[in-house]
Amino acid sequence: MATIGVPPHADAPAALLTRRRRFGDRAFRWTTLVVSVGLVVMLALLLWVLADGGWRAIREFGLHFVIGRDWNPVAGRETYGALPFIFGTAVTSLIAMVLAMPIGVGVALFLNESGAGWIKNPLAVLVDLLAAIPSVVYGLWGLFVLVPLFDHTVEPWLSASVGKVPVVGGLFRYQGPGGDMFTAGVILAIMILPIVTAVTREVVSVVSTDTREAAMALGATRYETIRLGVLPTARPGIVGAGMLGLGRALGETIAVALVIGNSTNISASLFKSGYTIPAVIANEFREATSAGVHRSALLFLALLLVLIALGMASVSRLLVRRTARMMGDDVAAQEEAAASTLGLA
Amino acid sequence: MSATVSTFEMPRTISSQRRTKDRLFSIALWTSVVIALIPLLLIVYRVVRLGVAAISVNLFAHTALPASLPGGGLKQAFLGTAMIVGLAIAFSVPLGVLTGIYLAEYGSGRIAAVVRFTAEILLSIPSIVAGAFIWALVVVALGNFSALAAGIALTVLMWPIMARATEEVLRLVPTELREGGLALGYPRWRVIMRIVLPTAGAGVFTAIMLAVARGLGETAPVLLTALGNDFVSTNPLKPTDAVPLRVYNYAQSAYPAWRALAWGGALMLLVGVLVLSVTARMLSIRQQRRMR
Repeated sequence: MATIGVPPHADAPAALLTRRRRFGDRAFRWTTLVVSVGLVVMLALLLWVLADGGWRAIREFGLHFVIGRDWNPVAGRETYGALPFIFGTAVTSLIAMVLAMPIGVGVALFLNESGAGWIKNPLAVLVDLLAAIPSVVYGLWGLFVLVPLFDHTVEPWLSASVGKVPVVGGLFRYQGPGGDMFTAGVILAIMILPIVTAVTREVVSVVSTDTREAAMALGATRYETIRLGVLPTARPGIVGAGMLGLGRALGETIAVALVIGNSTNISASLFKSGYTIPAVIANEFREATSAGVHRSALLFLALLLVLIALGMASVSRLLVRRTARMMGDDVAAQEEAAASTLGLA
Repeated sequence: MSATVSTFEMPRTISSQRRTKDRLFSIALWTSVVIALIPLLLIVYRVVRLGVAAISVNLFAHTALPASLPGGGLKQAFLGTAMIVGLAIAFSVPLGVLTGIYLAEYGSGRIAAVVRFTAEILLSIPSIVAGAFIWALVVVALGNFSALAAGIALTVLMWPIMARATEEVLRLVPTELREGGLALGYPRWRVIMRIVLPTAGAGVFTAIMLAVARGLGETAPVLLTALGNDFVSTNPLKPTDAVPLRVYNYAQSAYPAWRALAWGGALMLLVGVLVLSVTARMLSIRQQRRMR
């Protein structure tokens, strides 16, 4: 590819043709380069537009913006404290992580390590299909199926059992019907499961066969092989998988907006309705006229969101890469693993 | 490696405690797979059941009506989605393919590393942020919501997908083909356009399908940029409806007729997205097999 030498054009008899060729090559190369750099410019522009738009809100409200609890866009009484949204985003994403990490890693280990045979590929496709379902479909299903189910069955039951336990019990106190943070967290867990699974499979697949065979040769059971041979090496990459999942959960909008109840509570109970940063942007952008600080406040929230999500994604990529490099893995195998997760892209 | 694992037999001498642990671990893995698949089945079942019930000629032939009137449909939303996604394809396919070509064919330097990393982390950008970005940049500048703005917002999401996917498939093309072309005296760009791209053709098509599958179902960016419209709009500079948008709005309504339409729209979205992703996956598996 990039290593191919330039053919000896200079020896060609027709000098004019050669020059035209060189021009064609150079023009093509430059076009692709400019477009590619355009992608980086677009990201920079995105950050600049959001920072520029959100500047006014942060100048007027300062630290209050992130620690204040009142959010009132009514003209004349405007005040913007985004803590309820930050709280709701953090809580729902954490619930999603707690639920999706063990299951996602379990699915990945099942697919890559347990020698599942013919069932492996169809299962992998099915899990990936979870990533393809549009978020509005998750939201619709969550609103009409999951919310009633949780209201009538799951939450009263959890409240009556785990809710009795001191300390943690407060998290599970029943709050009556309606959407809540717990339901939103469960939906998010389902949505990020495929990405956690895919990235975990990617890092687990770069752990060399030698390590596994060495463990087995020592008489390790499959469980011991995975625990002693595979997981220690793959751990940073699995943390990376979790961070990528967390980044996705933080930014998910529509499904959460439909099931979380959209009210600015900060409550210890997970069964209470809440609000998230993406949901408030989606719900309020229409009313955000240029007159007030409202638009600026929403853009600042978007900036906050993208910075966290990009940070998570960057760290995650670095962790996954480091795992691959630690195994002395060649680039080809790494690319192969990436290609197999392409379906998620 | 899976072959090694599956032929592995446990020696008789393993203590019962270790054996039990191993069993429990296997059970835990099986359980996680079952738990992972339950929501998929439940969602598909519910959407298909309620969606099929909502499908009628009206769904495709009529535009939105007030909930009190019977026979409303989603015609304007289907046409709007077609226009928005069409615009997004028109923008993101050339951009994404050119970026992919750069990364695969010229991309060994520092610039390429930056571009590749940018594309990678852009895959994780929250879709609402893409919407907010284009809302602040295009909608506010043009003074109104439009299909064009929505197309651009989807491009923000689809460009990096196209770029990374195109790079991957171009890398699968054997180097010998390039060397052969160059040895015949073809200039490099002709080698890329006439030999490398056509060889990877199905793969590039797969990349497009994956990107479209993502763009088709996106609600948040379209909500912030296209706004929605009860009527058919053919002007790309005017507010436009989209299927995911309608589903989102109707899901929150109190009227059974509108909710039924929401399920109908959701079914069409689900079918579209699943067909695209499954086809893309099958094509890419076949492509990879052929290249080896």
